Amino acid sequence: MSDDLILLGHDVPAASRRVRPLLRESRTFAVITLVVVIVVLWESAKLLFHLPDRKLPHIGSILLEFGTRTQGGSGPYWGVLMLNNAAATLGEALTGFVLGGVLGCLLAVVFTASPLLERGLLPYVVGSQLVPILAIAPMVVIGMGHLGAPDWLSKAIIAAYLTFFPVTIGMLRGLRSAPPDSLPLMHSYAASSSQIFWKLRLPASLPYLFTALKIAATASIIGSIIGELPVGAARGIGVVVVNAAQYYNSRPQNLWAAVLVASLLGLCFYGAVVLAERLIVGPQAQT
Amino acid sequence: MQVQAPVIAINNLTKTYEGGAGQVVALANVSLQIGAGEFISLIGPSGCGKSTLMRLIGDLTQPSAGSIAVKGKTPTCARRDRDYGIVFQAPVLYDWRTVQRNVELPLEIMGQPRSERARRSAEMLKLVGLSEFEQAYPRQLSGGMQQRVAIARALVFAPSILLMDEPFGALDELTRERMQGELLEIWARTNATVIFVTHSIPEAVFLSDRVVVMSPRPGRIEAIIPIDLPRPRDTLTREDPHFFALATEVRERLRHS
Amino acid sequence: MAVVQANLKQLSPAARGRAFAWRWGPALATLLLVLVLWEVGVRLFHVAVYLLPPPSLIGARLLERGSFLLGIGLYTFEEALWGFIIGCSLGAAVAVLSVRWRWIAHGLLPFAVASNAVPIIALAPLVGIWFGSTTQGSKIVIVAIMTFFPTLLNTYRGLLSPAPEALELMHSYAATSTQSFLKLRVPAALPFLFNALKISATLSIIGAIVSEFFGGPLKALGVYITSQAGIGHYAEAWAAIVVACGLGMAFYLVIVVAERLVMPWNTTGES
Repeated sequence: MSDDLILLGHDVPAASRRVRPLLRESRTFAVITLVVVIVVLWESAKLLFHLPDRKLPHIGSILLEFGTRTQGGSGPYWGVLMLNNAAATLGEALTGFVLGGVLGCLLAVVFTASPLLERGLLPYVVGSQLVPILAIAPMVVIGMGHLGAPDWLSKAIIAAYLTFFPVTIGMLRGLRSAPPDSLPLMHSYAASSSQIFWKLRLPASLPYLFTALKIAATASIIGSIIGELPVGAARGIGVVVVNAAQYYNSRPQNLWAAVLVASLLGLCFYGAVVLAERLIVGPQAQT
Repeated sequence: MQVQAPVIAINNLTKTYEGGAGQVVALANVSLQIGAGEFISLIGPSGCGKSTLMRLIGDLTQPSAGSIAVKGKTPTCARRDRDYGIVFQAPVLYDWRTVQRNVELPLEIMGQPRSERARRSAEMLKLVGLSEFEQAYPRQLSGGMQQRVAIARALVFAPSILLMDEPFGALDELTRERMQGELLEIWARTNATVIFVTHSIPEAVFLSDRVVVMSPRPGRIEAIIPIDLPRPRDTLTREDPHFFALATEVRERLRHS
Repeated sequence: MAVVQANLKQLSPAARGRAFAWRWGPALATLLLVLVLWEVGVRLFHVAVYLLPPPSLIGARLLERGSFLLGIGLYTFEEALWGFIIGCSLGAAVAVLSVRWRWIAHGLLPFAVASNAVPIIALAPLVGIWFGSTTQGSKIVIVAIMTFFPTLLNTYRGLLSPAPEALELMHSYAATSTQSFLKLRVPAALPFLFNALKISATLSIIGAIVSEFFGGPLKALGVYITSQAGIGHYAEAWAAIVVACGLGMAFYLVIVVAERLVMPWNTTGES
């Protein structure tokens, strides 16, 4: 079917309009099937290849880990502990995400308004990405620690650094994406430049902005986690992962649970941005 | 008009699509005979099924009812026998091939040896006046030049039927008229039958032996107008009062459709 | 642009040198300016060395420990390169299979989307359990996972990029599906593939270094950076980062050169 559609290139809009609601149902179905398939593959691989818990714990024991208490039964539940740490990471990432996002949007607006500033500053914005911030992360964290800055600030700075570049470039492209003849049209209405911005440029830029924000969401989570790796960090899902890896031999399911939480954290943040995109840009948002 | 047996015989052809709001009848009971070496234009408003008719002949889509015989064969057989050269509105050149290698493409698919390919493509590029641009890449050429390469590519394996879907639709008026003249010169040197889809009345009248006027909802043939302007045709033809009379006739029939 | 480039080849050596200077001069001048400002700024405001060591100090460390740093750089680069080769070739191969059997693409799509959202690097300790936390193997696997999905998605998109008319043209020549695949889909996918390779080249170096943060032998770049920063040897750590940057840029440039060689039409047609 899809082969024919692509080969012929005919009647595709009509056909896909009919197919879309079906597709959404089938997507939920596909996700459920996928989870079932993974669980079955997981457990049967464990059985078939006699994989010990040390290599591959039961899915059940990973999930049960969340309901187990720490410190041999006297501390809080692992689930609560991990969620608390995930929230700390999210807080760092979100702070950086907002800072970087605002900076990126401001730069893009300024560059659109002033070609002179763009020519002077854009090369530095692009050049900033030559600095591999993730590789420098340990130095940023240690340096900021020496300065006496709060623990979360260095992670937020790393996240902001990772966010501002895609947002600047995406937003800049978006603000310029209005159809070529629409600007003269606005001028013919004698629209003021703020009207042109709010009624034309900004709405046109939103799809581009959200594409950039989706990239930035994952990047800022990664940045925060990497920032939590150097010794001395107290909170964050990265700390939990590193600690769990150290005690892997005694509690293998703990590391699996921590990695699961870290992955879900990334998925949730990304999902929240997708949701915001659906609400703000509307149904024409690409997925 | 047709002395010999027709090259293309279309009988009661019907084509329906499953659209969003039920069935769309693109073509209803169309019958048409096309003679060997004839130049036929299909003209009509959008939705009249002129492109669909061309695509049905070229085996790019399948009929819902009725039949097409091309040289006594089904369109699929004719396609496998490489009877069709196709030119679309967009040149559809392959960016990664030089002009020469673009023209050679069909011969390559058909397994012709390299020397034969080079000879044929050089001949064709001379015919369309692009000999100096053999080694250029498509992106370096203007729109009109790209379309000439597309025509050379369509003709390089000497297909007996040339299917053209608004090939000059994207060109400016002056380039368009020059290309029309060139097309007639090229056609005169081949024995190809041409089916030419257009929405330009002067273009249809200038080029064709017969103009097939089509009308929409459902797509059908409204009238077939023979064009008895003498050949070879040139710029003077366009100023001939008879040219205007024929164009007016086509316009009248289009208006009634 | 095309004309300018064509003429460049016919110019005299002196004129060619001038053209080269015009093209790269501003970038070099900017770099020099940044280095000078950095040096002067750090000394003038007495910036602590743990925040930012002066470039002269980093340069001195680079000269002192050059061959050692290059050695550990190459160790990490080896991980990045193998991960890149495995991830990208698997990605391209699966893209080819996905075009032939669409259900593969539909099955992999949720994972491809998830790979955009999941911090893959958090998987590093788990991969370490399976493939040895101090071996190169676990880093190669992480880099391979990181580069697999972008290559798969880009190549798949590229293979599907030809216009319907281009496929119809092949159909009208009665081309076999192998012929349309090799002569149409594959060349059309090349620009997409090279885009993915350029993304993956940078990604693979960073990925290898960062996965070494989770553990590895002392002769690895990532381990060296964290351990030196941890004991207050900031200039040493920065020197290691300069080596990482150099390797990353060299890798990227190799891909760009390969792209120009494989796709001459793309550069000559550029405007």
